[in-house]
Amino acid sequence: MERDNHQAGQAQGVSFCDPPSESNPPAETLATSLCLLGNHMFPDSVERKEEISTGADKEEPADLHQSDVKPNEQSVDAELLSNQVKKLETEEIETLEELINESTQPTDRDAEDVAMDNDQSDSGEFVVTMLAKAKLEEQGIGVKGRSSPLLEAGIQESPAFISHRDEDVTADSWRQHRKHVFVLSEAGKPIYSRYGSEEALSSTMGVMMALVSFVQSGDNIIRSVYSEEHTVVFLQKGPLVLVCVSSSRQSEDQLRGELLYVYYQIISMLTQASISRIFEHKKNYDLRRLLAGSEKILDGLLNLVDSDPSFLLAAVHCLPLASSLRDSLSQILQKAITPNLVFSILIAKNQLLTIVQEKTVIEDTRLEPADVHLLLNLIGASSAFQAGEIWTPICLPLFNPDCYFYAYISYLDPPECTVCLLLLSTDKEAFYAVAECKRKIEEAMVAQNSLSLIAKAQSYSVSQVGVSDLRHFMYKPFDVPDNYRQLTQFTSPEMEAPYSSDEEKMRLLDLYRYMHSRIHSTSRPLKLIYHVAERETLLAWVTSKFELYTCFSPLVTKACAITAITKLLRWIKKEEDRLFIRYPPKYSTTPNPSKSSRGGKSDQQDTTDNGFLSLL
Amino acid sequence: MGETLPRVPKGAKLRSDTWSRPVRTLRVKMVLLGSSGVGKSSLALRFGKDEFRTASPTVGCAYLTRVVHLSDVTLRFEIWDTAGQEKYHSVTPLYYRGAHAALLVYDLCKRETFIRAQVWLKELEKHYIPGSTVIWLVGNKGDLAQDRQVSVQEGQALANDRGLSFTETSALSGDQVSELLQAIAHRVYECIGAQQGGLSEWQETPLVDLHRKGTFNPFASCCKVGP
Ligand SMILES: Nc1nc2c(ncn2[C@@H]2O[C@H](COP(=O)(O)OP(=O)(O)O)[C@@H](O)[C@H]2O)c(=O)[nH]1
Ligand SMILES: [Mg+2]
Repeated sequence: MERDNHQAGQAQGVSFCDPPSESNPPAETLATSLCLLGNHMFPDSVERKEEISTGADKEEPADLHQSDVKPNEQSVDAELLSNQVKKLETEEIETLEELINESTQPTDRDAEDVAMDNDQSDSGEFVVTMLAKAKLEEQGIGVKGRSSPLLEAGIQESPAFISHRDEDVTADSWRQHRKHVFVLSEAGKPIYSRYGSEEALSSTMGVMMALVSFVQSGDNIIRSVYSEEHTVVFLQKGPLVLVCVSSSRQSEDQLRGELLYVYYQIISMLTQASISRIFEHKKNYDLRRLLAGSEKILDGLLNLVDSDPSFLLAAVHCLPLASSLRDSLSQILQKAITPNLVFSILIAKNQLLTIVQEKTVIEDTRLEPADVHLLLNLIGASSAFQAGEIWTPICLPLFNPDCYFYAYISYLDPPECTVCLLLLSTDKEAFYAVAECKRKIEEAMVAQNSLSLIAKAQSYSVSQVGVSDLRHFMYKPFDVPDNYRQLTQFTSPEMEAPYSSDEEKMRLLDLYRYMHSRIHSTSRPLKLIYHVAERETLLAWVTSKFELYTCFSPLVTKACAITAITKLLRWIKKEEDRLFIRYPPKYSTTPNPSKSSRGGKSDQQDTTDNGFLSLL
Repeated sequence: MGETLPRVPKGAKLRSDTWSRPVRTLRVKMVLLGSSGVGKSSLALRFGKDEFRTASPTVGCAYLTRVVHLSDVTLRFEIWDTAGQEKYHSVTPLYYRGAHAALLVYDLCKRETFIRAQVWLKELEKHYIPGSTVIWLVGNKGDLAQDRQVSVQEGQALANDRGLSFTETSALSGDQVSELLQAIAHRVYECIGAQQGGLSEWQETPLVDLHRKGTFNPFASCCKVGP
């Protein structure tokens, strides 16, 4: 993911911290804006005088939680580990010296850390400390037919059939969502809100924008706001401003990464070039006109971001498959080609089976995991299963944010609709030719009985690793061996008991997110963390070859954990061919399709014609 | 209608079906137009599979086919259900290129979609050659008649005024949907089928791919539907 220059960010960035520090006049005005924002988002919050510092005190928010210290993280015993490593002698493991250096790092710092385990429970009053009480403009706006809950004594519960879009933005339940996401234009026009309609939230977004532009006017960039309960993260991308209000305790970088996914998904529908052009032309353009009907795609993305670690790891997860079967599927795709076809992707149960790509397109680059995530989300949100065949322009923002590919989406196993074919072409007129490829693929798959073989494929259980204390793991190799420039992948078993319920799954993911934030901390990155939580013990380890997160039963000893990881790495090595897409074949469909699409300019569409309409 | 029709217009069924009948099969391109949410995709799903599901929003263009048998001819409808065209003010003539039938759909519970349908009609009239496209005004969501904002008379009057056909349907209950498709089939065949080069024949040609050798098993055959 894109990462802003953090050094610069600290100098420029504005942090709002609870312990009051020196205030200055602009900061006071800013505080007023913030109060206003607070009133919209959290009208019942306790009034507090807020002060703002514009210094480099980004580390301070952590201090808010210092009361909650739980000195249960320790460095892994270096000696113990090194002994194991000597035994292991696999190429993935780094040298002993390195490990010792790594494992000495975390000690002092870890002690002051927050234990994640009990932080969800103390919800208490819904207080964003920098936000205070005032008149809420939106109170009257609510959803039509529903009066403001502030006029009634009791707590209103949203009936289940009300979609998030129709949510009453004045209700407590609205404020209690774990993660709000808003998108607005630079002119302060609402574009998207994860919960509640943008109309009902227009003044909230207006205030957010006022905040953003106020800070900008002082040559600063607003990056984040912290409170006990919430982190508010801002991301400005071109003419769009994205805001996340989260109580999830994720790191600012993680939240910003998620906002970036939202931005990319918007780009994938409209392209960056058209968005810039539109707003250059008309500053207060209402982008919802172009995104009408696409809110569900963004909703779906945010749900995935919360529940699927692929986004956190910026890697794709493929369905484990015997390599012979995966190869035969790849060959089927490889043979069903037509001019200007650039990617052929087969998906089952929302996981990749295989990707075959045009030779010249990928010669100097590779498909980015984020682009694959956007495609998978699009497929999940589309009605292809109803329609039979879909043909739609789609931009892959990391490949080229300014031009469209044309995606053909169709399921190969109606009516179950679990196996999906995605063909990407650079030619908007190619529908019939591409549909023809699908028929070839369908027939070859019938001939080889592929569908029933795919149907048998499934994710694996951690028990297959054969380590009793190991409950779950996520393993991301930095380069799939022998395959330089491969798509970044990771492997992970099913989440099984005790992580069967949605709540428990989320709790484990939160633990992983916490470990991930420590590993990737910009101020203090760690290579190895051993974290004893209340109900489990986690170990995260990053080397130059892989990134690994493991979850053990709580009583595991350090020695056991280390032995387990040794076994796990051996097992992965053995299963590599099944767990990863190893040798994706390529095809050549056209003399020079890639240069034009990557070059951007030549393939750009007029804003009024994104190819939707030129089919017939 | 419907009792003798294949429910799923998939290649395999079509093949056996068309081989058992010694009639010509002609291709008909049909587009569905109208504001977002009026039920275009739901109608398309009824046309294609005679099902109703609460639809996900359409992404791009959705393509499906449906075969309709008339007494002396079989029509293979290639239905383009679209989304996003409401995003663009000027609909390009390209959109209608080659369409034999255009359904202008509105939601009879939402007056603005009826107004919008008239805007579509103006656009359409700019580009189509009279007699080459059958335009049908469709008031959908007939099952919600208690919330009606557009009367039958208004719909009918607009249609009469502009020389369109008119039907009220419910994609939800299926009311009038198959009748509509049957009526469109008749009208298209009458108006366009008789014309020179009006409708092209649909041929099921076994795939012979000259550019590739030995790629697929010899039994492979594909429906050549390319334009
Ligand atoms: N009551 C009722 N609802 C319908 C009918 N047709 C579609 N809908 C609903 O209207 C909404 C929009 O339908 P959709 O087919 O996606 O509209 P499109 O945007 O024009 O493709 C969906 O929630 C459908 O379930 C109908 O005939 N009656
Ligand atoms: Mg639709």
